[in-house]
Amino acid sequence: MDWFGYPLNTKLLYRKKAKIKRELSNKNNLLNKKVAVLGGSTTNEIVKQLEIFLLYYGISAEFYQSEYGQYWQDAMFGTSELDTFEPDIIYIHTNWRNIKTFPEMKSSKEEVSQMLDTEYQRFEIMWKTLDKKFKCPIIQNNFDRPNYRLLGNRDIWDYRGRSNFIACLNQKFYDYAQKQNNFYINDLDYLAQDYGLSEWNNALYWHMYKCAMCMEAIPHVAQSVANIIKSIYGKNKKVLILDLDNTIWGGIIGDDGVEGIQVGQEVPKGQVFSEFQQYCKNLKSIGVVLAINSKNEMENALAGLNHPDGVLNPDDFVSIKANWNSKDQNLQEIAKELTLSIDSFVFVDDNPAERELVSVQMPEVAVPSLDTAENYIKVMDHGGYFEVTALSQEDMKKTEMYHARIEAGKAAVTFANYGEYLDSLQMTIQISDFKSIYMQRIAQLVNKSNQFNLTTLRYTEDDIRDMQDDLNYMCLCGKLIDKFGDNGLVTVVIGQIKDDVLHIKLWLMSCRVLKREVEDTIMNAVVEEAKRRGISKIIGYYYPTSKNIMVEEFYGIMGYTKVAEDKNGNVEWELNVDQYNVKLTHMKVDNLGL
Amino acid sequence: MSKEEILSKVNEIFIDAFDKEDLVIDFNTTASDIEGWDSLMQMNLIEMIEDEFNMRFDMDEVVGMADVGAMIDIIISRI
Repeated sequence: MDWFGYPLNTKLLYRKKAKIKRELSNKNNLLNKKVAVLGGSTTNEIVKQLEIFLLYYGISAEFYQSEYGQYWQDAMFGTSELDTFEPDIIYIHTNWRNIKTFPEMKSSKEEVSQMLDTEYQRFEIMWKTLDKKFKCPIIQNNFDRPNYRLLGNRDIWDYRGRSNFIACLNQKFYDYAQKQNNFYINDLDYLAQDYGLSEWNNALYWHMYKCAMCMEAIPHVAQSVANIIKSIYGKNKKVLILDLDNTIWGGIIGDDGVEGIQVGQEVPKGQVFSEFQQYCKNLKSIGVVLAINSKNEMENALAGLNHPDGVLNPDDFVSIKANWNSKDQNLQEIAKELTLSIDSFVFVDDNPAERELVSVQMPEVAVPSLDTAENYIKVMDHGGYFEVTALSQEDMKKTEMYHARIEAGKAAVTFANYGEYLDSLQMTIQISDFKSIYMQRIAQLVNKSNQFNLTTLRYTEDDIRDMQDDLNYMCLCGKLIDKFGDNGLVTVVIGQIKDDVLHIKLWLMSCRVLKREVEDTIMNAVVEEAKRRGISKIIGYYYPTSKNIMVEEFYGIMGYTKVAEDKNGNVEWELNVDQYNVKLTHMKVDNLGL
Repeated sequence: MSKEEILSKVNEIFIDAFDKEDLVIDFNTTASDIEGWDSLMQMNLIEMIEDEFNMRFDMDEVVGMADVGAMIDIIISRI
């Protein structure tokens, strides 16, 4: 389970930290680094949390901690322990309580400016001393907002306000950071705001434990520092791999068509997806490479990416996998094409089953737990996958570079143990005739499904009821439940019986459950029911449309024989029920009566 | 929740915090009985108890949690 993605499970990170640490320490190829933490407050918990976040990022750290509040003395005068430790990286964990002097109401502007310089110089000389001695990266907290605003709203803009003083001091830190290499700001100010300033500044933690912030906020601080460190050591993610339907646009393009998907400024949902597309495009500008991994026809994928209101277009992606392969297989192919290892991937998909498949098969891939579309950006941004510590000209040309790399070589397909994945989904299918509570949903599926739909015949709810009541029809539908919940009614079949022959008028399935063996299970049920009714032969029909190419060979795969084809490509397939081989599937079947 | 039920939940917290599967505590257990129960561990234990029982202690309560018996009395007074 991923404890390190957004939202952080701080409860577990505390409770199970010993266990988490033990498990993560077993990883191979850990990078060993020495981290000196110089604190203006208690740092023990910061270090413990930092340790597990770094392990998660593949870095095994050894720590030096200054005695309580001794950050400045340690840095300026050294200790034999710190000197022999020879840190690879130094983190200075200070906060607003470490500011020595604040302006008073009687202070003049000049006095405050002087005060600011003195306070700043105390830090600058420390950084310079450390730099000279250890020549290693330094991470410095900026200052969070203080526990009260004496002047109320005026506190932030009046030169005598503590809030204003801190803002000015922070700006001086940033000016230094811009001029230096190897100097990084940990944005404590943002972390406090994001966490909720009042709770962050809960005074109990300072007075009881001399903690700079409440305990629950510490994992957030540790994550932020760990993000900087892993970025410095080249352990950032590099590639953002996106699903399409309901990930970068609303709706399912195969069913809804390019005019039916939601993206653009017309409706709120469309705006949400546009903003997410813009976010992805912005990531490209900091050197993140984009790719697509979607269960779709290529033609539909490209149509969607060329949507006039979309922000992303096909050229933004170094690789587009739009096919019906399993997603982990596609990821392996992308890795080969780009000659990158999969641990540099972030995989973004709205479907929890797909995410589960990828996280189990490829634990190295980061798989953010998306919730609803309006939160995609929030989840991604808090993940810290692409923390920027350096920004080069090359970063901005990454996409072109990888385009070239793909031209160089082609990928081979890798095999995944798909059956095991299907077992892990713990699927149950409930098969029944058309119960009246299902009628509306059946009518909706019949009139909306385009892709996995053999004949695309449309019927009204009344037509469907009549067929259900008619003994010369065989009506069957299936509801799929898996460990993620109830997928609802996902497949509908209608057959007409003439003498001892069953003509399958309609066979459709929702694309949400593709590659789950639902169609195999339904075929077993259809044949069994046919036998029960004394039918000897089944005839299946395929009527091609612009959207249902994916089921062109459906009956062939199921063991039927092609018996006729007309000039429009309409095909008739035949099965002798006695010659049917029952399909083995990975789900439990509940037959609720046909 | 009975005193014993609370004790058993607190015991689980101690097992996680000290990372010792076989750790058994009772109402009379004090900091001197368990190796590693220092002020930092105390801070962690209180945080975990707060999370587990979904409550926040004030400073007087935190100061008063000197041993397991006192911890459980304070938890009970809050339920």
